[in-house]
Amino acid sequence: MTLNPNLQPLQLFAMDVDPFAKDEIFISGLPDYLKQFDRQRGQLIPILQKVQQELTYLPAEALQAVADYLEIPVAEVYGVATFYNQFRFNPPGKHQIKVCLGTACHVKGGDIILENFERKLGIKEGETTEDREFSIERVACVGCCALAPVVLVGEDVQGHMAPSKVEGLFVRIQVEKEMAQRKKKRHETGE
Amino acid sequence: MKPENKDQIYQQFEAIRRQAEERRDAARRDPSPTILIGTATCGIASGALDTKLAFEQAILEQGLDARVRTVGCIGHCYAEPVVIIDYPQSGFPPIFYHEVTAGKARMLVKHFLEGGDPLFEHVYGAMVENDMIPSVMEFSRFNQEKRVVMEKCGHIDPEDIYDYIAHGGYAALAKALTLDPETIIDEIKTCGLRGRGGAGFPTGRKWELAADSPEGDKIIVCNADEGDPGAYMDRTILESNPHQVLEGMAICALAVGAHKAIVYVRSEYPLAVKIVSGAIAQAKTLGLLGSGILNSAFNLEIEVFQGSGAFVCGEETGLIQSIEGFRGMPRSRPPYPAQEGLYGQPTVINNVKTLASVPPIIANGAAWYRTIGTENSPGTAVFSVVGDVVHAGLVEIPMGVTLRTLIFDICGGIANQKKFKAVQIGGPSGGCLPETFLDTPIDFDSLTTAGAMMGSGGMVVMDEDSCMVDVARYFLDFTQKESCGKCTFCRIGTRHLLDILQRITTGEGRTGDLEQLEQLSEDIKDGSLCGLGKTAPNPVLTSLKYFRDEYEAHINEKRCPGMMCRPLMTYYIDLDKCARGCDACVGCCPTEAVFTTSTRKKGIDQDLCVKCGECMVACPPQYDAVRKVSPPGLAPVIERPVKNPDASKKASDNS
Repeated sequence: MTLNPNLQPLQLFAMDVDPFAKDEIFISGLPDYLKQFDRQRGQLIPILQKVQQELTYLPAEALQAVADYLEIPVAEVYGVATFYNQFRFNPPGKHQIKVCLGTACHVKGGDIILENFERKLGIKEGETTEDREFSIERVACVGCCALAPVVLVGEDVQGHMAPSKVEGLFVRIQVEKEMAQRKKKRHETGE
Repeated sequence: MKPENKDQIYQQFEAIRRQAEERRDAARRDPSPTILIGTATCGIASGALDTKLAFEQAILEQGLDARVRTVGCIGHCYAEPVVIIDYPQSGFPPIFYHEVTAGKARMLVKHFLEGGDPLFEHVYGAMVENDMIPSVMEFSRFNQEKRVVMEKCGHIDPEDIYDYIAHGGYAALAKALTLDPETIIDEIKTCGLRGRGGAGFPTGRKWELAADSPEGDKIIVCNADEGDPGAYMDRTILESNPHQVLEGMAICALAVGAHKAIVYVRSEYPLAVKIVSGAIAQAKTLGLLGSGILNSAFNLEIEVFQGSGAFVCGEETGLIQSIEGFRGMPRSRPPYPAQEGLYGQPTVINNVKTLASVPPIIANGAAWYRTIGTENSPGTAVFSVVGDVVHAGLVEIPMGVTLRTLIFDICGGIANQKKFKAVQIGGPSGGCLPETFLDTPIDFDSLTTAGAMMGSGGMVVMDEDSCMVDVARYFLDFTQKESCGKCTFCRIGTRHLLDILQRITTGEGRTGDLEQLEQLSEDIKDGSLCGLGKTAPNPVLTSLKYFRDEYEAHINEKRCPGMMCRPLMTYYIDLDKCARGCDACVGCCPTEAVFTTSTRKKGIDQDLCVKCGECMVACPPQYDAVRKVSPPGLAPVIERPVKNPDASKKASDNS
């Protein structure tokens, strides 16, 4: 399996365009992108994983392109993709919040934490806020049971969560965002 | 394949081992201190990377000569981030520090590495016996364990193959290469190793089945699709000592005559995927994997396949479907995968812990392995003990140890001086056992007789504040979502079970519900094909058997004894205990349900309250004024004082 040198993912993300446009460029280049994989049924799940890694979700067009490439019905691709928990069909937010509801987190009140996030953001689990900033998901177990209850914000694991820490988390994200903006502004103005 | 070139194999391996030992000795001769930091996923989650950064910065700032090394997880998750400092020149033995935050790290550099004072108040214990600092082996959490699978976890750098070889790694593979395949299988059969994935199928028999199958492209699969909520030992082993698993796979492949192997890891474990892939590449470079392993005629290619997260893929035939690119729906057996598996070829599928047990068995012999554990379940069991215990984490014990020893002696008992209520073993396929079963020895057969099962080794301990009906509902919710949908009883039956449990936990339980639960559970067991369906009702059946009074309290009295089911309980503030002017509970309430009464004490507005319990946590212990009761009707009514007459008038107009 060799990577197609014409379509390096890094190049794509270096471009400063809005996220939807980036997705469209990637989807239109999919038939070429898929050529790096063998045309075998066994490659279906690795392909879907790779595409989702690039796009953060699996839009209908991408599923169609994968089906065309592997020469199997799109229903078959959709069937496989919906079977597994990893695949998602709507774009996640910039900050993906994953609330762990494994056994240990459940007995320590993980569902209450989930409710707090839902209430705070005004969306339900599996949804994304309108500005595409936050999305909430429930995951079965992230395997940090000794730190229960656990929440993942992006790749960041937050152990020993409590309902009152939810508020603090948002404040921190907000502060970090503002600091980044200020830094960028300072950089632009050359101060 | 005949082992005719024994000497060549040994020579080749000796060369590699000498290289590894030279590297180790060179490091030992270096007198500068070594700092070992556990950076598996659980360590990172507790902030081990910050700790590492702090150590590196402080060492740089002080201009010291010290090495910071990352190791895997030692299994003591309650103590993360864990750091071991080996500073021979100070005169102290290697010291184990727990909960080392970035601040503590800087302090240790300043006082210990620079000043020679090991900061006794922060020391957990010494790693070896000595007459200055108590050894960690004096703690029951350490000395009652017997480590076979996890022996090297937390002591070696998982990303350095030489570290593993210097600790005796790959010697078993070299030995196996000089043996007949039949001898290896005989050894595994005599040692009595049973599959650690949960069902406990004899590993030797499985290998023999595959070895006896006619020639073909036989395949070995290492099953690391750990989907049990509450279990994470497979991930920890892969992250902390991947080579022991790879070595086990190589020995297995040698025994059954396979040349291809796959490690099936959940994609939710990115660090494990990365470490295993790196380990495979390193082993290939040294000629311990790939073609012509150690100058013999044996070839083995190992690949990593990332599973996409479906609990049912832990089942052998479901896993095969998933690798082939289909939905992971199990099929009926026989033919067993060992005869006809992946792409129709004989396939041996073993759990991570099973494969990791193989190298020590080959190295030390079957008789040695038989001395550990019990007659019918020899060896050790790895459990992730979590929930309401003091010393949560990974524990490896010899089979036959009782639940009481494991929970109370090794793991320190129940946290916060609460009472033990139940232990859930085996995840969604297992069951809840009450206090009367605490003296049950842990082995495959005893647990199955008690109604639970070994499972892959998740163990959740629950204190008196947990509700067994809610736990059963939780597991059913999980299995119902994970059911692949092939068998009607599993697909629709679990849904109905869940609906009934949902009703009971919201206070709408009816007479006859319990009988219906039992009947339906038996039907699901009979009418399902694979392990998922056959064991899905276990949490319901065991909790009904041992905690029937809790179900009855839910249905007849609308009361939740554990006060977990939120529709059946409520919080209120005891006005006799509440302190005037204290605002702790007001600040933490996420819905602003706490109000101030006319006497400047607090009350809870039941319409706004979401029963998250934060006020109970926030209430200072000297007041301890927040109470919970079940059923909700028992709570005294405290009216919210009318502040603004107009506002209240409007509200009453609207109603």
